Amino acid sequence: MIRTGLKQSLRQLWHYLRHVTGDDAYERYIAHQEIAHAGETPLSRQQFFKKRQDEKWSKVSRCC
Amino acid sequence: MPKTILGKILWLAIAIGGASAIGGIAIHRGESINAIWFVAAAICTYLVAYRFYSAWICAKVLVLDETRATPAERFNNGRDFMPTNRWVTFGHHFAAIAGPGPLIGPTLAMQFGYLPGTLWILAGAVLGGCVQDMIIMFCSTRRDGRSLGQMARDELGPVGGWAAMIGTMLIMLILIAVLGLVIVNAMKHSPWATATVLGTIPVAMLIGIYMRGIRPGRVLEGSLIGIALLLVCVVGGGWVDHNESLRGMFDWSGESVAWFVMIYGFAAATLPVWLLLAPRDYLSTFLKLGVVFLLAISILVLSPEMKMPALTQFIDGTGPIFKGTLFPFVFITIACGAISGFHSLVSSGTTPKLLPNERDIRMIGYGSMALESFVGIMAVIAACVLDPGVFFAINSPAGVVGKEAAAAVATISSWGFPVTVEQMQMLAKEMGEKTLFARTGGAPSLAVGMATIFSNTFGNTLLSMWYHFAIMFEVLFILTTLDAGTRVGRFMLQDILKHLWKPIGNVSSYPMTVLSSLIFVAAWGYFLWQGVKDPLGGVNILWPLFGISNQLLAGIALSVATGILIKMGKAPYAWVTGLPLTWLAIVCTTAAVEKVFSPNPAIGFLSGAAGMAEKLAAGTLPPDRAAVAPQLIIGQQIDAALALFFAIVLWVVIIDMVRMSLRMRSGKKVLPLSESRYVRTQLDPNLVTSSH
Repeated sequence: MIRTGLKQSLRQLWHYLRHVTGDDAYERYIAHQEIAHAGETPLSRQQFFKKRQDEKWSKVSRCC
Repeated sequence: MPKTILGKILWLAIAIGGASAIGGIAIHRGESINAIWFVAAAICTYLVAYRFYSAWICAKVLVLDETRATPAERFNNGRDFMPTNRWVTFGHHFAAIAGPGPLIGPTLAMQFGYLPGTLWILAGAVLGGCVQDMIIMFCSTRRDGRSLGQMARDELGPVGGWAAMIGTMLIMLILIAVLGLVIVNAMKHSPWATATVLGTIPVAMLIGIYMRGIRPGRVLEGSLIGIALLLVCVVGGGWVDHNESLRGMFDWSGESVAWFVMIYGFAAATLPVWLLLAPRDYLSTFLKLGVVFLLAISILVLSPEMKMPALTQFIDGTGPIFKGTLFPFVFITIACGAISGFHSLVSSGTTPKLLPNERDIRMIGYGSMALESFVGIMAVIAACVLDPGVFFAINSPAGVVGKEAAAAVATISSWGFPVTVEQMQMLAKEMGEKTLFARTGGAPSLAVGMATIFSNTFGNTLLSMWYHFAIMFEVLFILTTLDAGTRVGRFMLQDILKHLWKPIGNVSSYPMTVLSSLIFVAAWGYFLWQGVKDPLGGVNILWPLFGISNQLLAGIALSVATGILIKMGKAPYAWVTGLPLTWLAIVCTTAAVEKVFSPNPAIGFLSGAAGMAEKLAAGTLPPDRAAVAPQLIIGQQIDAALALFFAIVLWVVIIDMVRMSLRMRSGKKVLPLSESRYVRTQLDPNLVTSSH
């Protein structure tokens, strides 16, 4: 019981960590594409990552 | 019913606890005071303000509507627009707003004693900074996630729009120059720090290549490898420092470090972002959040005694770190941590594109700023755990206390803050530095404070490792602000210059990228160079200028917010933003006028320039100072023009806002409220809040 609970919390923590760092961004993008733009070819992992970074660093993303 | 009564009792207890802690801090007059009082005062203040004031603003003034779809939902593209879990968005927003500012400003302001800075950080945040961040986030969320500049143009008109655009670019310029100067002062003649920081550049590039080519988008593993390599850099820096033949190669003068900073800024702005800028940001963000967390834990565990008095004699304006009286300069020196106009750029345009629901504006906008304010309080603690004599010895420029160690300790001891040459030598040796005298800019003293706290908490005697870890941490995330700022500043410059010469506005042209980056780096490089050459350390000039520009931006943001509130028919509540705006207008104007026109040459730019010109003509300057005097004279005149320009821009925007409000009151036509139309959210609120 406790072990499965612990396992689950660890898994949740891992999910959160991946989400907050943007590690799972591509998977989320693919999931979004499948729902919203089914039939279109999605960007490749590399293209997506580059586009996302370029967008992020073209506006104010860091303060003083 | 009992639950609500229990709740009321609990909140009453928190309020009383906070009030007693603040009261205790204010009236305490002993040898030292425990840092726990500051932590308690801060946390209770934030809790009460968040629970009552922010809730009241959200319910009565903004009237947040949780059924209304946010831009993240309406324009969801799976990339930059995307409804994101509120805690994740909170993390992103906090990581974006919390930079080096709340660490450096409070450190410098401790020359007045701990009390004024602490009270301003708390009051300024809960009544000003948090309110600004939250309301601007609200306004942008209701306007498709538009930026502050666009909102100023849409709501106030072209005058407000232009003021916001030029104001934003100038603050960026001054910010980068002063942060560059902080790096210069932390790295010059420190082979350990220089070697470590140089090592972090190939590490960042390696991680960039890893995340782009080898394992695309694997942010987590890339960053973890990077952090491990950064720690290797700190240890490697120590090895270089102990190696007699290598040591000299990394013992750089201030000028050399300044060139390095400029070349780095230019490279980071013109190279593809994946190679240097983005990977460095991942590393520094991890490090930043980790260190802030570690510092909070350490302060709680260690509960150190703070040795700085509540007030020092320097409230009369004769302080060694910067000149100027308590009012207005404590409010200018501490911008970030209390109220920072720069945040309005992240709160508009960036975070609203992730916001899952309007009701999260309260936690993310108000809450993140409260947390940043707490970072400011931790900087206060880290500065005050040092012996005041040591604090002043590190932070006072040689031009004020004397170049020789014996002269410096004599001057500082004569102020009533005893310190000895042996004590400073011992400390420098422990920290792995040649000297800690006159290491201005706040970073070295913060690093000494943090190293003391960390090594005491973790029962570790490796002070020098902690010190250089702290320096690397500070430099790394200053460089991140610097390279991201240079890149965005370049875009802003292109946006402004295209009105004069169209081709330069082409952001996809590489020659134009190089040209506009060169212009922008040269512009901040000029101020940096002036600071490096200044015998008084430069921080005393640039930091107030930065404070004024940051408050100016806050003034613009609060004017836009006030205008919007009035247009929304919330004029009776316009004081919510009007009050902090009024305070900033008073502080900013007084400070700008003093910095420009004060007859005291140590404060006024014009009298400073005139005094130096007189001495130069009379030949009374020592040769090393006479050589740089002509540069410094022009520099001070430019600083004067800039400070005056800031004050004028602020008043132009305020008058524009008041003009619009008066027109509206007398029933005349004004620009319509640019709020986008209501669309009902389709998202399941629970889905967004929990695991999604």
